Amino acid sequence: MLYREAGQFKTSYSADQAMLTIPLDRWFVFALAAFAIVGVPLLASEYLMVSILLPVLILSIAALGLNILTGYCGQLSLGTGAFMAAGAYLAYKIATNITWLPIWVVIPLAGLCAAAIGIAFGLPSLRIKGFYLAVATLAAQFFLLWLFVKVPWFVNDSISGVPPAPPRTVFGFQVTGAAAGDEAKYLFVLAFVIALAWIARNLARSRIGRSWMAIRDMDIAAELVGIRPLPTKLSAFAISSFYCGVAGALWAMCYINSVEPTAFDINRSFQVLFMVIVGGLGSVLGSFLGAAFIFLLPIFLNSAPGWFGYSVASDTITHIEFMLFGVLIIFFLIVEPHGLARLWQIAKEKLRLWPFPY
Amino acid sequence: METLYLIFIDPFVQMVVEPAFLVEVLIGGLTSGVMYSLVALGFVLIFKASGIFNFAQGIFVLFAALNFVGLMDLGVHPILAFVITIGIMTALAFVVDRLVLRPLVNQDPIILFMATIGIAFFLEGFGETLWGGDVRPVRVGIPDEALFWEAGFGEILVQSADLFAGVIAAFLVTTLALFFHFTPVGRALRAVADDHQAALSVGIPLNNIWVIVWAVAGFVALAAGIMWGAKLGVQFALSTIALKALPVLILGGFTSIPGAIIGGLIVGAGEKVFENYWGVPLLEGATEDWFAYIVAMIFLFFRPQGLFGEKIIERV
Amino acid sequence: MTRPGDILLSVKDISLRFGGVRALTDVSFDIHEGEIFAIIGPNGAGKSSMLNCINGFYHPQEGTITFKGAQRRQMRPHEAAAQGISRTFQNIALFKGMTTLENVMTGRMLKMRASLAEQALYIGRGRREEIEHREKVEEVIDFLEIQSIRKTPVGRLPYGLQKRVELARALAAEPELLLLDEPMAGMNVEEKEDMCRFVLSTNHELGTTIALIEHDMGVVMDLSDRVVVLDYGKKLAEGTPDEVRGNQDVIDAYLGVSHD
Repeated sequence: MLYREAGQFKTSYSADQAMLTIPLDRWFVFALAAFAIVGVPLLASEYLMVSILLPVLILSIAALGLNILTGYCGQLSLGTGAFMAAGAYLAYKIATNITWLPIWVVIPLAGLCAAAIGIAFGLPSLRIKGFYLAVATLAAQFFLLWLFVKVPWFVNDSISGVPPAPPRTVFGFQVTGAAAGDEAKYLFVLAFVIALAWIARNLARSRIGRSWMAIRDMDIAAELVGIRPLPTKLSAFAISSFYCGVAGALWAMCYINSVEPTAFDINRSFQVLFMVIVGGLGSVLGSFLGAAFIFLLPIFLNSAPGWFGYSVASDTITHIEFMLFGVLIIFFLIVEPHGLARLWQIAKEKLRLWPFPY
Repeated sequence: METLYLIFIDPFVQMVVEPAFLVEVLIGGLTSGVMYSLVALGFVLIFKASGIFNFAQGIFVLFAALNFVGLMDLGVHPILAFVITIGIMTALAFVVDRLVLRPLVNQDPIILFMATIGIAFFLEGFGETLWGGDVRPVRVGIPDEALFWEAGFGEILVQSADLFAGVIAAFLVTTLALFFHFTPVGRALRAVADDHQAALSVGIPLNNIWVIVWAVAGFVALAAGIMWGAKLGVQFALSTIALKALPVLILGGFTSIPGAIIGGLIVGAGEKVFENYWGVPLLEGATEDWFAYIVAMIFLFFRPQGLFGEKIIERV
Repeated sequence: MTRPGDILLSVKDISLRFGGVRALTDVSFDIHEGEIFAIIGPNGAGKSSMLNCINGFYHPQEGTITFKGAQRRQMRPHEAAAQGISRTFQNIALFKGMTTLENVMTGRMLKMRASLAEQALYIGRGRREEIEHREKVEEVIDFLEIQSIRKTPVGRLPYGLQKRVELARALAAEPELLLLDEPMAGMNVEEKEDMCRFVLSTNHELGTTIALIEHDMGVVMDLSDRVVVLDYGKKLAEGTPDEVRGNQDVIDAYLGVSHD
């Protein structure tokens, strides 16, 4: 067989610690990235690129962010939507007030602002954990959205309260706003996705990632090996909120092309949480799989009856969607807490031995 | 300067000048507070007995009310509908226990918490599929008329249904407190809450105890659902309102039944007073959305165990 | 076979109370550099509380602890770790979701200096440190003979191996003082012998000072250079194993004494 792990000897720790230790894996990821950059814009339809890939990629960033906080550091957050909103509103504010600043600087800056806000709402984690913290993040969810809606400063006193995304260019191509080209938008978002996924992997295998996991697994023991709990938790909050902020900014600027509060309500928070649970807690790959799965499931449910010639009322579909999400969450938590990412791994292991049972 | 006056002085002047309005605001707040309390009560019951933070309690309220109203709309007598709904909630408790809690026993609390979010979503979809998503009024013959109370400083308007809700809540709380302290089942529940394994080893059947406690929580949910439905109609907005039971719990302490009640009343009254005296004049209103959560967050900083909770001691 | 060295850690008149319960009362002893020091006593004598005071998890109400000449009453556990005190636990306190390698790497946590950016981009110190410390960690892994479980999540390991991984994590920090809380509890004879061997070679080859709590008297008498005996939070006796063995108070505490 072409793909195997046996016989792939590593002769240095540096090789053993590489992100993808098997050459074929490495080539596969490079090929996938190359295809995403070159192949997709050439081949994919406008619908696929703008209505499917764009939102899935952006939500993957948010899922990565939440996975850092919940999957790696073990701190539950129900405020993902609010941190995304912070990114979106502040990206708008920065982009419209400092017009000379390139948009690829504006969006990480908005992410940094979201990170600062995330730290503020992570402070209670000094004394509490688990679901107590969930309430603090709910405070972020409701308070921040209220703030962004009620304070017109954030939207430059726009009368409708829902201003359109300002048009900005990178290398002469417009990447934000309604008039931007599909390919340009897609590639712009993809650049962020690749960079942030790579950074997430690096963080997970470095000291900081290990200290997050140590806090998650046993916070008292973590303190006794010399990890300071509060800075560690706050760093997870900050980095998680940074990712969410970037996702929110991209969502507003590139996907829905306007800054509106309803895009970031509590349902968004739950949606991202589901992505993380279904995709796999503590897995970078899982964040992508989960985002794709949770985003595509409703689309599938809506169109599936049509393929078989049935028509089902849309609110019935919504109800079924809710039930299905509920069942999926419970199923994955019970059967495979490491989610789709782990299933993928198991499938690989099984395939390697196929057709022999072991 | 003027802002400072508006923040620190004016609201209190208003309260003194127009005490009747203050009392009305307080009563309005306390009555919604009773609702929060009733939802929070269900949370506390389950948390005390199983250490599980049941996010779905809010949906339980809705689901119970939906079943009750749905049955009544089918022409079932209210009392029979009540009994059937209790049966449904018990069955639900059984299913939740067998399909969700049992397989997740000994998992991290955070995992169980997320599982209850799953339960919440499932029930929301399930309830709507069964009974539809319309707002349904509850007509169980709770008298709802305006009563005027002549106080020394003016006339105050009270809804009789609100008073009724208060009485029901007080009754429920007393019963539950007695149940927990003086019945064998109540003692068993407290033992289980303390230490599962120890409880098992002295012969408490863990199998049924969780079903019982979830069923009791279902019963509390039904009571809350009927009260709430009588006030607002049974609708899905209830489930968002029910989320406010979470900050109530932070305030009252997760393990305290009186804490849940008092926490609910404080939150209910507090948010109405804040909205009327600070929110509307200074902050363009809608502060009720977040007031409870921000108060809870402040509590988390200074007194994480809440007003009545037990102090958390950690050991190596 | 006392090997006289300088005093590494000196505990003076430590008292610790939980509410009305006196866990420790006026306990004093010294631990010398390079020795194996055992704390023994019946259940509930305050042995674990003593270790918890030393590494800063509990804060005694009275008394002082002097480590490497620096006196203090209170410090946070991570500060103790930073000063060179590591420990293992009675109930294993490993990070269950992480692999053996990752667990042991957490022991190097305090020696890593890479900035967030270097870690995020895996460049410069971020990359260099990972590899340098990996080498050090591999030495510890070799030393404790756990190479084969390097990449296994520790939650899946049997009890005896988990204890060994925990020791590995403590050793990876290159501590000056190693606190072992019942390192051999719940082990069979073979595993105990292995563990004794590791404790002794840690002491002899790495020169680490060790303070341990153990119930198996055979192990204590064989391993330790000196022993302190606690009972009801008070110090009963201190000395070489032979001295302690002959002490009448100790015999009474262990065997019980008739009060007539």
